[in-house]
This record gives sequence, C-alpha cells and structure tokens, in this order.
Amino acid sequence: MSDIIATLERQQLRDGLPRFKAGDTVRVHFRVIEGQRQRIQVFEGIVIKRQGAGVRETFTVRKQSFGVGVERTFPLHSPKIDQLEVRAIGDVNRAKLYYLRDKVGKKARVRELRQ
Amino acid sequence: MKGIVGRKLGMTQIFDPESGAVTPVTVIEAGPCPVVQVKTVPIDGYEAVQIAYDAVPERKISKPELGHLRRSGAAPHRHLVELRGGSELQVGESVTVETFAAGDRVKVSGISIGKGFAGTIKRHNFSSGPKTHGSHNIRKPGSIGASATPSRVFKGMRMAGQMGARRATQVGLVIHSTDPERNLLLVKGAVPGPTNGFVEVREEKRR
Repeated sequence: MSDIIATLERQQLRDGLPRFKAGDTVRVHFRVIEGQRQRIQVFEGIVIKRQGAGVRETFTVRKQSFGVGVERTFPLHSPKIDQLEVRAIGDVNRAKLYYLRDKVGKKARVRELRQ
Repeated sequence: MKGIVGRKLGMTQIFDPESGAVTPVTVIEAGPCPVVQVKTVPIDGYEAVQIAYDAVPERKISKPELGHLRRSGAAPHRHLVELRGGSELQVGESVTVETFAAGDRVKVSGISIGKGFAGTIKRHNFSSGPKTHGSHNIRKPGSIGASATPSRVFKGMRMAGQMGARRATQVGLVIHSTDPERNLLLVKGAVPGPTNGFVEVREEKRR
C-alpha cells in the first residue's frame, strides 16, 4: 500500500477503542438513524472474528436471539459505534470461531479466561 | 474540457463522519500538469489543450519530444495528453487537482490490467462443458459456425485471445474530494488499470 493511502487511513482511525479478540463478549452501542430521530441500539454477544487491517477492519458479533443465532458485522472504526464495552474475556484456541455456528445451547458457550 | 493526468495509487474507504456511511474511493495522484501547447482551428483544424505529466530526467525522452516541451518552457515529462475542446488555459500555465471539486462528474481512462491470452470462458463469459462423465469439452469454445455454407468463419466471432492491457474508460464516476496540498483526487468507485498505472481524468458532460 502506498504511503499516501496509509496516511489517509490513519487519519480515520479511532482511538480509545478497547483491546479485544475473538471469544470475548462485547456490548456494542450502535447509533441508528431513523428518519430524523437518532437512537442507540445495543448488540451484545461473542466476537467470532476480526477481519481486515487499518481503517477497513471489521468484527463480527454473534448472539442467540429468541433461539435463533444472529450475527452482525461492524466496521471497527465506524463513527456510528457510540461505545464499545468488553464484558468478558474468552479463553479460545482459534482466531475465527466459526464452530460456534454449529453448536446450540450449552455447547455454544465460550469458557471465560481465568486470571 | 476540464481534465488532468495522474497515477492511480489504489483504493481505500472513507467514513462519513455524520452518517457513518462508508464510501469506496480510488486515490489518484494527479498533476500538476504544465500546458505544453494550445491547438486552435486556424492552425491545427481543431481546438485542444496539450498537457504533460510525470517529470523525468532529460535522457529519458526522445530529442523531438524534448524540443517540443522546450518550446513551451516545460521541464521534460514522460506523458503528453490532449484535452479536446476550447479552454482559457495558456501555454506556461499548469493544471492542478483544483480544476475539479467534490461532486463533479468525471470519466477516467487508463490501460486495463492485462490478463494475457485468455480463453473464451474468461474473455467472453462462455459456459464451460461438463467436468465429468468422460467429457473432453471442459473449456473448449464449441461450434464456431456451419459447414459448406458459408464454408468460412464469420468476422468478429468471439474466440480466445489477448484480454486486458488495452485502453478502457469508466464513465459515470463522481469526485469524492480533492487534496490540493498533496495533489490527490479521490474518485468514488473503481478506475481502470493497475496500481501506479497512468490514468486520465476528464469531466463528463451531464446527460
């Protein structure tokens, strides 16, 4: 990548983002614009992947909603993310937790890391 | 006609700070391009402005080109591009990215990425034959015509051959923003050619 593009991307990086990785439980406060009104939607779940680099990095959060698995991908540096909380740190052996998609119930959990 | 010559640096994305919308953009480093010649109807038969891009050492270009550039007082440049149509530009002036503003409609020309000698499947979107059941017709083009009548292959039949590495123009693009300090043009969407390829940006008349 050219230096100029790297500079353009660096200008857009957000600071103050918490450190997290796949397996962690996060709570994303996402700004939703509905016509004129703006409100904050909270999406809490397990991070199953982080993908991309620089300003193009995204992460995917998976949760169970009324018995249905729901996944949502957010751009990490999006100005629409109002707040990002790390609720728990997971103990996992993989960078991409796609195996969680095939598990249901108690097996679809991630062990918490013991300090 | 407004226009400028530049080099494609690659693509990235830009967040809109308010709505948070992501726009894919191509970054083009363009100009400043000195005006080398102004062509007029009485002398040349048509109106145009010739601009130069990419300064190089004197030894890199031919003597006739060097002489042509010297007449206008411009330093040696690798590329000469003509912008058709009348303009207020004079020899000795220079074209910068400030010619364009955010929201301008443009078309961008470049040399597309070369794909080499490509078969009909890649080059003309033909469908492939069956891969199994003893098939020997996996990537073949199929029939290219009838037999004794007309006993020849029609001109323009789509066949294998060189793909890419030819001039391509993408129309309907929009300038996202400009950066006069760093001579940058950010164009919404993709642009023909490889990274570091030369591209010509011209204004597009509204249809």
